[in-house]
Amino acid sequence: MTKKEVLVLEDLLGTNKKIAADIRKQLSQKGILSVNLMSSPGAGKTTLLESIAERLSTVYKMAVIEGDIETERDADRIRRKGIPAWQILTGGACHLEAKMVGRLFPEIPADLDFLFIENVGNLVCPASFDLGENIRCVLLSTPEGDDKPKKYPKAFTTSDWLIVTKTDLVPPLPFDIQKAIREAKEVNPSLQTFTVSALEGKGVDTLVEQLIAALDELRKNDA
Amino acid sequence: MLPSMNSAKTMHELSVVANLFEILEEKVREKDGKKIFFVKLQVGALAGVVPELLETAFDIYKKDTIASEAELEIEEVPLKVRCKDCQEVMVKDDFIFICDNCGSTNLETLEGTEMILEKMDIEI
Repeated sequence: MTKKEVLVLEDLLGTNKKIAADIRKQLSQKGILSVNLMSSPGAGKTTLLESIAERLSTVYKMAVIEGDIETERDADRIRRKGIPAWQILTGGACHLEAKMVGRLFPEIPADLDFLFIENVGNLVCPASFDLGENIRCVLLSTPEGDDKPKKYPKAFTTSDWLIVTKTDLVPPLPFDIQKAIREAKEVNPSLQTFTVSALEGKGVDTLVEQLIAALDELRKNDA
Repeated sequence: MLPSMNSAKTMHELSVVANLFEILEEKVREKDGKKIFFVKLQVGALAGVVPELLETAFDIYKKDTIASEAELEIEEVPLKVRCKDCQEVMVKDDFIFICDNCGSTNLETLEGTEMILEKMDIEI
Protein backbone atom coordinates (compact mmCIF):
# COMPACT_ATOMS: atom_id res chain seq x y z
CA MET A 1 0.00 0.00 0.00
CA THR A 2 1.31 3.43 -0.94
CA LYS A 3 0.20 6.50 0.90
CA LYS A 4 0.21 9.84 -0.83
CA GLU A 5 -0.51 13.32 0.43
CA VAL A 6 -2.47 15.38 -2.07
CA LEU A 7 -2.58 19.17 -1.72
CA VAL A 8 -5.95 20.42 -3.00
CA LEU A 9 -6.66 23.98 -1.73
CA GLU A 10 -10.17 24.17 -3.16
CA ASP A 11 -13.06 26.32 -1.94
CA LEU A 12 -15.85 24.13 -0.53
CA LEU A 13 -18.43 26.58 -1.80
CA GLY A 14 -16.66 26.99 -5.15
CA THR A 15 -19.47 25.40 -7.17
CA ASN A 16 -22.11 27.64 -5.58
CA LYS A 17 -19.94 30.72 -6.12
CA LYS A 18 -19.41 29.83 -9.78
CA ILE A 19 -23.14 29.35 -10.44
CA ALA A 20 -23.91 32.58 -8.54
CA ALA A 21 -21.35 34.56 -10.55
CA ASP A 22 -22.90 33.24 -13.75
CA ILE A 23 -26.42 34.21 -12.63
CA ARG A 24 -25.21 37.71 -11.67
CA LYS A 25 -23.53 38.16 -15.04
CA GLN A 26 -26.52 36.97 -17.07
CA LEU A 27 -28.99 39.11 -15.09
CA SER A 28 -26.72 42.16 -15.30
CA GLN A 29 -26.41 41.75 -19.07
CA LYS A 30 -30.21 41.83 -19.29
CA GLY A 31 -30.24 44.93 -17.08
CA ILE A 32 -31.98 43.13 -14.22
CA LEU A 33 -31.07 44.08 -10.65
CA SER A 34 -31.27 41.13 -8.26
CA VAL A 35 -31.85 41.50 -4.54
CA ASN A 36 -31.50 38.74 -1.93
CA LEU A 37 -33.59 39.25 1.21
CA MET A 38 -32.44 37.41 4.35
CA SER A 39 -33.90 37.46 7.85
CA SER A 40 -35.31 35.40 10.69
CA PRO A 41 -38.77 33.90 10.05
CA GLY A 42 -41.46 36.52 10.54
CA ALA A 43 -39.24 39.60 10.21
CA GLY A 44 -41.52 40.90 7.46
CA LYS A 45 -39.81 40.03 4.18
CA THR A 46 -43.04 39.26 2.32
CA THR A 47 -44.91 42.25 3.75
CA LEU A 48 -42.01 44.51 2.74
CA LEU A 49 -42.06 43.03 -0.79
CA GLU A 50 -45.82 43.69 -1.02
CA SER A 51 -45.20 47.27 0.01
CA ILE A 52 -42.32 47.65 -2.48
CA ALA A 53 -44.51 46.12 -5.21
CA GLU A 54 -47.25 48.72 -4.65
CA ARG A 55 -44.74 51.50 -5.31
CA LEU A 56 -42.44 49.95 -7.89
CA SER A 57 -44.75 47.99 -10.15
CA THR A 58 -46.57 51.05 -11.53
CA VAL A 59 -43.43 51.95 -13.50
CA TYR A 60 -41.06 48.97 -13.30
CA LYS A 61 -41.38 45.24 -13.94
CA MET A 62 -40.51 43.09 -10.98
CA ALA A 63 -40.67 39.42 -10.09
CA VAL A 64 -40.10 37.46 -6.92
CA ILE A 65 -38.57 34.09 -6.12
CA GLU A 66 -39.85 32.80 -2.81
CA GLY A 67 -37.85 30.30 -0.79
CA ASP A 68 -39.75 28.37 1.87
CA ILE A 69 -39.64 24.97 3.48
CA GLU A 70 -43.31 24.32 2.76
CA THR A 71 -46.41 25.95 1.16
CA GLU A 72 -47.04 28.40 -1.70
CA ARG A 73 -48.42 31.01 0.72
CA ASP A 74 -45.76 33.67 0.20
CA ALA A 75 -45.77 33.32 -3.59
CA ASP A 76 -49.59 33.59 -3.54
CA ARG A 77 -49.40 36.82 -1.53
CA ILE A 78 -47.03 38.32 -4.11
CA ARG A 79 -49.17 37.09 -7.06
CA ARG A 80 -52.20 38.81 -5.54
CA LYS A 81 -50.30 42.08 -6.11
CA GLY A 82 -50.13 41.17 -9.81
CA ILE A 83 -46.42 40.30 -9.61
CA PRO A 84 -45.02 37.08 -11.12
CA ALA A 85 -43.69 34.82 -8.37
CA TRP A 86 -42.06 31.41 -8.23
CA GLN A 87 -42.04 29.32 -5.09
CA ILE A 88 -38.98 27.19 -4.35
CA LEU A 89 -39.91 24.55 -1.78
CA THR A 90 -36.76 23.36 -0.07
CA GLY A 91 -38.57 20.52 1.70
CA GLY A 92 -36.74 21.12 4.94
CA ALA A 93 -33.48 22.73 3.90
CA CYS A 94 -32.61 25.89 5.79
CA HIS A 95 -31.35 28.08 2.93
CA LEU A 96 -31.46 28.69 -0.83
CA GLU A 97 -28.48 27.85 -3.04
CA ALA A 98 -27.52 29.35 -6.39
CA LYS A 99 -28.39 26.17 -8.32
CA MET A 100 -32.02 26.41 -7.10
CA VAL A 101 -32.24 29.93 -8.52
CA GLY A 102 -30.43 28.77 -11.67
CA ARG A 103 -33.09 26.12 -12.35
CA LEU A 104 -35.73 28.85 -12.60
CA PHE A 105 -33.66 30.85 -15.02
CA PRO A 106 -35.45 29.80 -18.24
CA GLU A 107 -38.74 31.09 -16.78
CA ILE A 108 -37.48 34.54 -15.81
CA PRO A 109 -38.66 37.16 -18.35
CA ALA A 110 -35.76 39.01 -20.01
CA ASP A 111 -37.56 42.38 -19.81
CA LEU A 112 -37.64 42.48 -16.00
CA ASP A 113 -36.19 45.40 -14.06
CA PHE A 114 -35.98 43.85 -10.59
CA LEU A 115 -35.70 40.26 -9.39
CA PHE A 116 -36.21 39.81 -5.66
CA ILE A 117 -35.21 36.56 -4.00
CA GLU A 118 -36.81 36.02 -0.61
CA ASN A 119 -34.61 33.54 1.21
CA VAL A 120 -35.79 30.90 3.67
CA GLY A 121 -36.46 32.58 7.04
CA ASN A 122 -33.23 31.93 8.94
CA LEU A 123 -30.55 34.33 10.13
CA VAL A 124 -27.72 31.79 10.00
CA CYS A 125 -27.60 29.38 7.05
CA PRO A 126 -28.50 31.65 4.08
CA ALA A 127 -25.53 33.94 4.88
CA SER A 128 -23.00 31.47 3.44
CA PHE A 129 -24.65 31.14 0.02
CA ASP A 130 -24.31 33.70 -2.75
CA LEU A 131 -27.41 33.55 -4.99
CA GLY A 132 -26.09 35.81 -7.72
CA GLU A 133 -27.62 38.92 -6.18
CA ASN A 134 -26.39 42.48 -6.74
CA ILE A 135 -27.66 43.62 -3.36
CA ARG A 136 -27.85 41.46 -0.27
CA CYS A 137 -30.30 42.76 2.33
CA VAL A 138 -30.65 41.62 5.89
CA LEU A 139 -33.90 42.51 7.65
CA LEU A 140 -34.04 42.92 11.41
CA SER A 141 -37.50 43.35 12.91
CA THR A 142 -37.93 45.24 16.15
CA PRO A 143 -39.58 42.30 18.07
CA GLU A 144 -36.36 40.29 17.57
CA GLY A 145 -34.31 42.64 19.76
CA ASP A 146 -31.56 45.12 18.97
CA ASP A 147 -28.76 42.73 20.00
CA LYS A 148 -28.91 40.54 16.88
CA PRO A 149 -26.11 42.05 14.72
CA LYS A 150 -23.45 40.92 17.19
CA LYS A 151 -25.11 37.57 17.87
CA TYR A 152 -25.41 36.68 14.17
CA PRO A 153 -22.46 38.57 12.65
CA LYS A 154 -22.20 36.59 9.41
CA ALA A 155 -25.62 37.73 8.14
CA PHE A 156 -24.68 41.35 8.82
CA THR A 157 -21.04 41.30 7.63
CA THR A 158 -22.00 39.80 4.27
CA SER A 159 -24.92 42.16 3.60
CA ASP A 160 -24.96 45.42 1.66
CA TRP A 161 -28.12 46.80 3.23
CA LEU A 162 -29.70 46.52 6.67
CA ILE A 163 -33.43 47.14 6.79
CA VAL A 164 -34.87 47.56 10.29
CA THR A 165 -38.54 46.56 9.96
CA LYS A 166 -41.69 46.99 12.08
CA THR A 167 -40.56 50.36 13.44
CA ASP A 168 -44.22 51.11 14.23
CA LEU A 169 -43.87 48.76 17.22
CA VAL A 170 -41.31 51.05 18.92
CA PRO A 171 -42.47 52.00 21.53
CA PRO A 172 -43.85 49.95 23.30
CA LEU A 173 -41.02 47.56 22.32
CA PRO A 174 -37.73 48.48 24.00
CA PHE A 175 -35.84 48.27 20.69
CA ASP A 176 -33.10 50.89 20.33
CA ILE A 177 -32.94 51.52 16.57
CA GLN A 178 -29.74 53.60 16.81
CA LYS A 179 -28.02 50.90 18.87
CA ALA A 180 -28.99 48.18 16.39
CA ILE A 181 -27.66 50.27 13.50
CA ARG A 182 -24.48 51.21 15.38
CA GLU A 183 -23.72 47.60 16.31
CA ALA A 184 -24.48 46.39 12.79
CA LYS A 185 -22.06 48.98 11.43
CA GLU A 186 -19.40 47.80 13.87
CA VAL A 187 -19.44 44.36 12.24
CA ASN A 188 -19.86 45.92 8.78
CA PRO A 189 -18.85 49.59 8.44
CA SER A 190 -19.99 49.81 4.80
CA LEU A 191 -23.54 48.67 5.55
CA GLN A 192 -26.22 51.00 4.18
CA THR A 193 -29.15 51.24 6.59
CA PHE A 194 -32.90 51.80 6.29
CA THR A 195 -35.78 51.88 8.75
CA VAL A 196 -39.27 50.93 7.59
CA SER A 197 -42.76 50.16 8.73
CA ALA A 198 -44.18 48.28 5.77
CA LEU A 199 -47.66 48.19 7.31
CA GLU A 200 -47.76 51.98 7.72
CA GLY A 201 -45.76 52.54 4.54
CA LYS A 202 -43.08 54.53 6.40
CA GLY A 203 -39.56 54.51 4.98
CA VAL A 204 -40.51 52.35 1.99
CA ASP A 205 -40.34 55.28 -0.46
CA THR A 206 -36.68 55.89 0.49
CA LEU A 207 -35.90 52.22 0.04
CA VAL A 208 -37.58 52.18 -3.38
CA GLU A 209 -35.63 55.30 -4.42
CA GLN A 210 -32.38 53.54 -3.54
CA LEU A 211 -33.44 50.41 -5.45
CA ILE A 212 -34.11 52.52 -8.54
CA ALA A 213 -30.75 54.31 -8.09
CA ALA A 214 -29.02 50.90 -7.87
CA LEU A 215 -30.79 49.76 -11.05
CA ASP A 216 -29.68 52.92 -12.89
CA GLU A 217 -26.13 52.35 -11.65
CA LEU A 218 -26.14 48.72 -12.82
CA ARG A 219 -27.37 49.69 -16.29
CA LYS A 220 -24.85 52.51 -16.56
CA ASN A 221 -22.00 50.15 -15.69
CA ASP A 222 -23.19 47.44 -18.02
CA ALA A 223 -24.02 49.73 -20.92
CA MET B 1 -29.41 10.38 -2.56
CA LEU B 2 -27.90 11.64 0.66
CA PRO B 3 -27.73 9.30 3.59
CA SER B 4 -29.94 10.20 6.53
CA MET B 5 -31.84 12.96 4.75
CA ASN B 6 -33.78 14.04 7.82
CA SER B 7 -30.79 15.18 9.83
CA ALA B 8 -29.15 16.34 6.61
CA LYS B 9 -31.71 18.94 5.68
CA THR B 10 -31.73 20.86 8.89
CA MET B 11 -28.16 22.12 8.77
CA HIS B 12 -26.37 23.82 5.92
CA GLU B 13 -23.16 22.10 7.00
CA LEU B 14 -24.39 18.99 5.23
CA SER B 15 -24.72 20.86 2.00
CA VAL B 16 -21.11 22.03 2.45
CA VAL B 17 -20.01 18.44 3.13
CA ALA B 18 -21.87 17.26 0.00
CA ASN B 19 -19.73 19.72 -2.00
CA LEU B 20 -16.63 18.49 -0.16
CA PHE B 21 -17.35 14.92 -1.27
CA GLU B 22 -17.81 16.00 -4.89
CA ILE B 23 -14.33 17.53 -4.79
CA LEU B 24 -12.84 14.56 -2.91
CA GLU B 25 -14.23 12.03 -5.37
CA GLU B 26 -13.04 14.03 -8.37
CA LYS B 27 -9.51 14.43 -6.94
CA VAL B 28 -9.24 10.74 -5.98
CA ARG B 29 -10.27 9.72 -9.49
CA GLU B 30 -7.63 12.03 -10.99
CA LYS B 31 -4.95 10.41 -8.83
CA ASP B 32 -6.22 6.84 -9.33
CA GLY B 33 -6.58 6.60 -5.56
CA LYS B 34 -8.24 3.64 -3.82
CA LYS B 35 -9.35 5.29 -0.63
CA ILE B 36 -9.05 8.41 1.48
CA PHE B 37 -7.87 8.14 5.06
CA PHE B 38 -7.30 11.74 6.06
CA VAL B 39 -8.97 15.03 5.10
CA LYS B 40 -7.91 18.47 6.28
CA LEU B 41 -10.08 21.57 6.05
CA GLN B 42 -9.44 25.21 6.88
CA VAL B 43 -12.53 26.93 8.23
CA GLY B 44 -12.60 30.65 8.95
CA ALA B 45 -14.16 32.02 12.13
CA LEU B 46 -16.51 34.02 9.91
CA ALA B 47 -17.17 31.25 7.37
CA GLY B 48 -20.68 30.78 8.73
CA VAL B 49 -20.34 27.10 9.61
CA VAL B 50 -19.90 25.32 12.91
CA PRO B 51 -16.85 22.99 12.89
CA GLU B 52 -18.53 20.45 15.20
CA LEU B 53 -21.51 20.26 12.85
CA LEU B 54 -19.17 19.82 9.88
CA GLU B 55 -17.66 16.85 11.72
CA THR B 56 -21.11 15.38 12.38
CA ALA B 57 -22.10 15.93 8.76
CA PHE B 58 -18.84 14.36 7.58
CA ASP B 59 -19.46 11.25 9.71
CA ILE B 60 -23.01 10.92 8.38
CA TYR B 61 -21.90 11.41 4.80
CA LYS B 62 -18.75 9.29 4.65
CA LYS B 63 -20.46 5.90 5.20
CA ASP B 64 -20.24 3.72 2.08
CA THR B 65 -17.98 6.17 0.31
CA ILE B 66 -14.30 6.06 -0.61
CA ALA B 67 -13.68 8.03 2.61
CA SER B 68 -15.59 5.68 4.93
CA GLU B 69 -12.58 5.30 7.24
CA ALA B 70 -11.28 8.83 6.84
CA GLU B 71 -10.35 11.05 9.72
CA LEU B 72 -11.30 14.73 9.46
CA GLU B 73 -9.16 17.55 10.78
CA ILE B 74 -10.47 21.10 10.85
CA GLU B 75 -8.08 23.99 11.30
CA GLU B 76 -10.00 26.98 12.59
CA VAL B 77 -8.70 30.19 11.03
CA PRO B 78 -9.27 33.38 13.05
CA LEU B 79 -10.55 36.54 11.38
CA LYS B 80 -7.49 38.55 10.39
CA VAL B 81 -7.77 42.09 9.02
CA ARG B 82 -5.46 44.89 7.88
CA CYS B 83 -6.13 48.54 8.50
CA LYS B 84 -5.88 50.40 5.20
CA ASP B 85 -5.06 53.64 7.04
CA CYS B 86 -2.30 52.64 9.51
CA GLN B 87 -1.41 49.22 7.94
CA GLU B 88 -1.77 47.41 11.30
CA VAL B 89 -2.59 43.70 10.92
CA MET B 90 -4.73 42.23 13.72
CA VAL B 91 -6.90 39.29 14.71
CA LYS B 92 -10.54 40.16 15.44
CA ASP B 93 -12.18 37.59 17.68
CA ASP B 94 -15.16 39.90 18.28
CA PHE B 95 -15.74 40.53 14.52
CA ILE B 96 -15.83 44.28 15.16
CA PHE B 97 -14.38 46.03 12.14
CA ILE B 98 -12.71 48.89 13.96
CA CYS B 99 -8.91 49.22 14.01
CA ASP B 100 -7.42 48.53 17.47
CA ASN B 101 -4.58 50.91 16.68
CA CYS B 102 -6.11 54.01 15.06
CA GLY B 103 -9.90 53.50 15.29
CA SER B 104 -10.41 53.48 11.50
CA THR B 105 -13.23 51.40 10.00
CA ASN B 106 -11.38 51.16 6.70
CA LEU B 107 -10.31 47.53 7.16
CA GLU B 108 -9.54 44.83 4.67
CA THR B 109 -10.22 41.16 5.49
CA LEU B 110 -7.12 39.01 4.98
CA GLU B 111 -8.45 35.67 6.18
CA GLY B 112 -11.14 34.10 8.32
CA THR B 113 -14.08 33.90 5.91
CA GLU B 114 -12.80 30.92 3.90
CA MET B 115 -13.86 27.30 3.83
CA ILE B 116 -11.15 25.32 2.06
CA LEU B 117 -10.23 21.69 1.43
CA GLU B 118 -6.50 22.00 2.12
CA LYS B 119 -5.33 18.44 1.53
CA MET B 120 -6.10 14.76 1.74
CA ASP B 121 -4.07 11.62 2.31
CA ILE B 122 -4.98 8.80 -0.04
CA GLU B 123 -3.97 5.25 -0.77
CA ILE B 124 -2.90 4.59 -4.33
